[in-house]
Amino acid sequence: MNRRVLRRWVSNAMVGLMIAAVVTAVLPLLFILLDLLLKGAGSLSFDFFTRMPVPAGETGGGVAHAIVGTLIIVGIASLIGLPLGIGAGIFCAEYPGNRLATTTRFVADVMNGTPSIVVGVFAWALIVTRTKQFSALAGSCALAMLMVPMVMRTTEELVKLVPHSLREAALALGYSRWRTSLAIVLRTALPGIVTGSLLAVARVAGETAPLLFTALGSQFMNFNVTEPMAALPLTVFNYAIGPYEEWHQLAWATALVLILVVLVLSIAARLATRRRFGING
Amino acid sequence: MAEPAAHLATDKLTAMYGKFTAVKNVSLEFRVNTVNALIGPSGCGKSTFLRALNRMHELSEGGWITGQVLLGGEDIYARKVSPMQLRRRIGMVFQKPTPFPTMSIYDNVAAGLRINGSHPRGGLDAVVEQSLRRAALWDEVKDRLKTSAIALSGGQQQRLCIARTIAPRPEVVLLDEPTASLDPASTQRIEELVFELKRDFTIVIVTHNMQQAARVSDTTSFFYMGNMVETGPTRQIFTAPKQEQTEAYITGRFG
Repeated sequence: MNRRVLRRWVSNAMVGLMIAAVVTAVLPLLFILLDLLLKGAGSLSFDFFTRMPVPAGETGGGVAHAIVGTLIIVGIASLIGLPLGIGAGIFCAEYPGNRLATTTRFVADVMNGTPSIVVGVFAWALIVTRTKQFSALAGSCALAMLMVPMVMRTTEELVKLVPHSLREAALALGYSRWRTSLAIVLRTALPGIVTGSLLAVARVAGETAPLLFTALGSQFMNFNVTEPMAALPLTVFNYAIGPYEEWHQLAWATALVLILVVLVLSIAARLATRRRFGING
Repeated sequence: MAEPAAHLATDKLTAMYGKFTAVKNVSLEFRVNTVNALIGPSGCGKSTFLRALNRMHELSEGGWITGQVLLGGEDIYARKVSPMQLRRRIGMVFQKPTPFPTMSIYDNVAAGLRINGSHPRGGLDAVVEQSLRRAALWDEVKDRLKTSAIALSGGQQQRLCIARTIAPRPEVVLLDEPTASLDPASTQRIEELVFELKRDFTIVIVTHNMQQAARVSDTTSFFYMGNMVETGPTRQIFTAPKQEQTEAYITGRFG
C-alpha cells in the first residue's frame, strides 16, 4: 500500500515537472507575441499594409514597400534555394556512402551552424563588391545560401524515411532508378519536404543580418531586383534604432506584420501536409 | 515421353555479397506453368537465389553473381539485356505488402503498365480490372478504385501487389514469402490464388512454411547453408526425400 502511494506521488511529481518544462518553453513565446500585439496592433490599419512611409514628423504611412520587398527577395531566394536544397538532399539520401554526398552533408551541417551575418558578409564580398551595388538579388542569394543546407538536410532525412521495400517494389516492376527516385520515393516523401521547405522559407523571411549588406533597405517602392530593396526585417531594424518615438511604434507594428507573414506560411505548411495519400495516411 | 523445356533455369549460379557466398553453385530448372517452391531454414540462401532470378540481387550492397540464369534459353545476365526490361518479364512479390502509398488502388495496378508507355486509356481500365479479378480482389475494391491503397487490409494489400505484378503480363512471377506477414485466412486466399495463377505464369515461391510448399507447389527444392541440397516433385520430396538433411528438415528436426 505504502509503495503504491509513493509510486503515485513520484508519477505525479514527474508529470508536474514535464508540465513545468512545457510552460517554461512556451511562455516566453507567448510573451513575445503578446507584447507585439499590445505595442504593434495599435498602429496597424489597412493603410499600414497599402501605403508608403511618410517623412519623419508626419503621422500615417505604411510599409507596403517592405512587404513587397520581402515577398520579392524571399521569392527569388526560394527559387534558387529550394531546388538546390531538395536536389542535394535527394542525392545524399540516394547515394549515402558517396564521397561527394558525405562531403556535402558535412558542409551543410557546418553551414547550418554558421551565423547568418557571416553569410551576409560573404554575399556582400561575393556579389556586392563585384557589382558595385547593393541589390535585392544579392539579398536573395544570401537567403538562398541559408536555405540550402536546411532544406537539404530535411529532404535527406525524409527521403531516408521512405521504406526500402517501396524502392525495391518499384525496381522489381521495371522502374528505372531515377524514375523510382522521382515517382515513388520523392512522391512519398513530398508532404514532409513541402513542410520543411515552407518552414525554411518562413525562417529566412525573418532574417535581418544577411540583408544588411546586400539588399540594404530602401524608403521607396522598388521592383528592380538589381537595386537596393526594402524588406520587413530591415524596416523593423531601421525604425527601431531611429530616434523618434513614432518610429519605435512603427517598428513594433512592422514586427507584427512580419510575424503574421511567417504565421501564414507556417499554416500553409501545415495545410499542405494534410494530404489524401500521405505516408501516414 | 520427352520432357518439356525449362522456362527458367539456372546453371551453376553462385550469388555473393562482397566476399560472402550466399548461394553456391545451384543449377535448377523451372518449367512453364508450374509452381516451384524453395524451402529451407533462415539464411539458407533461398531468398538470395530468388532475387538473382530477376537481377534484384545485384541491387543489394555488394551483390554479384557467377554462373548463368536462362530465361527461355537466353542468359539474362548477358551484356545486351537491360535489367529494367528483364524485370518486366519476371515480376516479383515481396514478403511485406508494398503498395505505393501515394497512389490509388487503380494507379497501383496501372503503375507497371504506365512505365511501358503505350497503353491507351480504355485499354488500361480493362487490364486493371482483369488483373484485380485474377488477384481475387476486384469485388472488394471495385467501388473504391480511386481511394488510397494503404487503407486496405494487409491481405488485400498483398493481393493488390500480386495484381500490380501480373498486370504487365510477365512470364514468370517470383514470390518471396508472400504470406509471411498475413493471417491464416489471408494466407489461404493467396495460396488459392497461386494455384490459379500457374495457368498463366511460371511461379517460383520462397516459403518458410512447409505445409504451404506441400499444398501449392509442383516441385520443391530444399536449400541449406547456400547449397541446393535436393530438388524434385513436391510429393517425392515430402514423402520420400533422398537426402538425410532434407528429411531432417521436413520432419522438423531442425530449422
